[in-house]
Amino acid sequence: MIGFGLIKGLSVTFRNLFSPVFTVQYPDKRVGVFGLAKSRNLSILQLFKEDSKQFLYAVLGLATVKVKNEQFPRFRGNEFVWYDDRCTACASCAKYCPLGIIEIVTHASGENLQAGENYAIDKFDIGTGRCMFCGLCVEACPYDALHMGTDFERGNYHRSNLVLDKETLISQVKNPSSWFRPQFEEKEYNPWDSEISDYKEAGRHEKLSNEKIKQNWVNKRKFNG
Amino acid sequence: MFEFIYNILDFLFDLVIKDIMFETYILTGLTGIIIGFAVINGVLGGVLALIWGERRLLGRFQQRTGPNRWGPQGILTSTADAVKVMFKEDIVPEEADKYIFNVAPLLLVIPVFIIFSVIPFGISLYAVDINVSALFILAITSISGLSIICAAWASANRIAIFSALRSVAMLISYEIPVGLSLVGILLICESMSVMDIVIYQKIPFILIQPVAAIVFFLGSLAEINRTPFDLTEAESELAAGYQNDYSGMKWGLFYLGEFAAAIAAATVFSTLFLGGPNGPFLPGIFWLTIKVVAVLFFIIWIRASWPRFRIDQVLNLAWKGLFELTLVNIIVTSIAVIIWTDADSNRLIYIGLANWIFAFPFVILIFKMLKTSNYQDTNKESMSYPIGSDTPKFMKEKS
Repeated sequence: MIGFGLIKGLSVTFRNLFSPVFTVQYPDKRVGVFGLAKSRNLSILQLFKEDSKQFLYAVLGLATVKVKNEQFPRFRGNEFVWYDDRCTACASCAKYCPLGIIEIVTHASGENLQAGENYAIDKFDIGTGRCMFCGLCVEACPYDALHMGTDFERGNYHRSNLVLDKETLISQVKNPSSWFRPQFEEKEYNPWDSEISDYKEAGRHEKLSNEKIKQNWVNKRKFNG
Repeated sequence: MFEFIYNILDFLFDLVIKDIMFETYILTGLTGIIIGFAVINGVLGGVLALIWGERRLLGRFQQRTGPNRWGPQGILTSTADAVKVMFKEDIVPEEADKYIFNVAPLLLVIPVFIIFSVIPFGISLYAVDINVSALFILAITSISGLSIICAAWASANRIAIFSALRSVAMLISYEIPVGLSLVGILLICESMSVMDIVIYQKIPFILIQPVAAIVFFLGSLAEINRTPFDLTEAESELAAGYQNDYSGMKWGLFYLGEFAAAIAAATVFSTLFLGGPNGPFLPGIFWLTIKVVAVLFFIIWIRASWPRFRIDQVLNLAWKGLFELTLVNIIVTSIAVIIWTDADSNRLIYIGLANWIFAFPFVILIFKMLKTSNYQDTNKESMSYPIGSDTPKFMKEKS
């Protein structure tokens, strides 16, 4: 039929006109009244009573809502999470780092020798400006003191600001990624909802019992064969 | 509208001062300035809205959001763009013909605004009523070809010349079907004035002259260089086409001219074929606006859906398709007009029926004959390739 192809093409685009939008707006997105009320868990009347200025903005289409983009829990972000109390300053991470960007300076503490605090840490710098996020430092850490982070909004005007020093690492919000840390996944911990500020909560990966190792081996054989 | 504003001004002048020299000349000039100011600013606002609407709609057609940051729903985006364009550096190429280079954008913009002078925005709301205004519209629109060839020639750029040659070839080809497609309407109305045509349109002429409407719509798409006839700006082949060397506000004028031309084409189409300001309940200007917006939506929809023609296909369509269709339309309409001469209310219906029965089947017939596969099957060796390209290499090797 002549001309049918043209109508077919038009109908395809017309269907797209009313289908949902794929665009993900970042870092904030424009919302209408309904979107704003939904983001604050309010009904429209409550929103009008509580924040009439924002309500007016939303009616005009000017209101914005912050967008938090959730990634997979194993996402390797641009920030390391370091537990001061768990670290023995063995400097395994510094030795394994292929770029040599981890700098550790210590001195003998002379106290709490049994608790693994033989060395007191003077300096623990990670120059993230040259980091390639291979994660070898995290794999190398024998005491699970260093974790990959989940933050990714780390734009800066100066290179010197990209160096994570000891104070920053201690004071920052700790959302460790579950990459190479199976204990987090067992606990069903999601770094985008909750944080782990205490080193005891972070825990260590328990070694499997002989029974379980055997079971895993058998299972693996069964699937392959 | 002219008399109305003239009388108001006359009354105001009489209140302040009496007996000044050349009163009629001053009043006429002032009235013209007021009407021109209103119409030109209306069109400029329309262009800003159209640029925003087009980007937004194209976004939705492709499941994107489109611009939504600047102002409510992003409506101020095009305004911000316009302000930015004004402050951009104006670069003139060294080898350019400076005078023609500067005049060309004005040649594109001014005729588009002149078209709006003869369009009736309401039943008695028009700037001027010329008795040959349909012919006037056709004459004015063909100036854009001159502007494009001026711009291309003056910028001394071969890509621009290629683009302008395509554009002028297209314009000359499509001027003829567009002009002839109006003949049917002129025969029915026995007048060349757009005002008379609008008053005569109790039923929209798209229902009475379907063939003419199709031809006119396609022709006007070709004359304003929009998809599927936007060969002049085929990005993959010609970069930006004839406006390659333009920058700053001169480029902005070209952009403005193109979008104003789109509005003008939609306005002319809705005036001649969709009944213009005729319609129940609402005032005429609202009906005209609704119709123009609908036609513009259709144009944008086409841009989102259809691919671009090749230059030889475009000229084939004009000379082998649309031209014949207009001839068929003229023959059928003139016979029908001769048969039903008396101006009773059923005359339009009879003529419309005659057109649908005897003229519309030719659309299908002629487009069936134009099908590209017919050429390809018969003579593969002499297949027509785009102008300027040699026979492709693989064909030479074969023979």
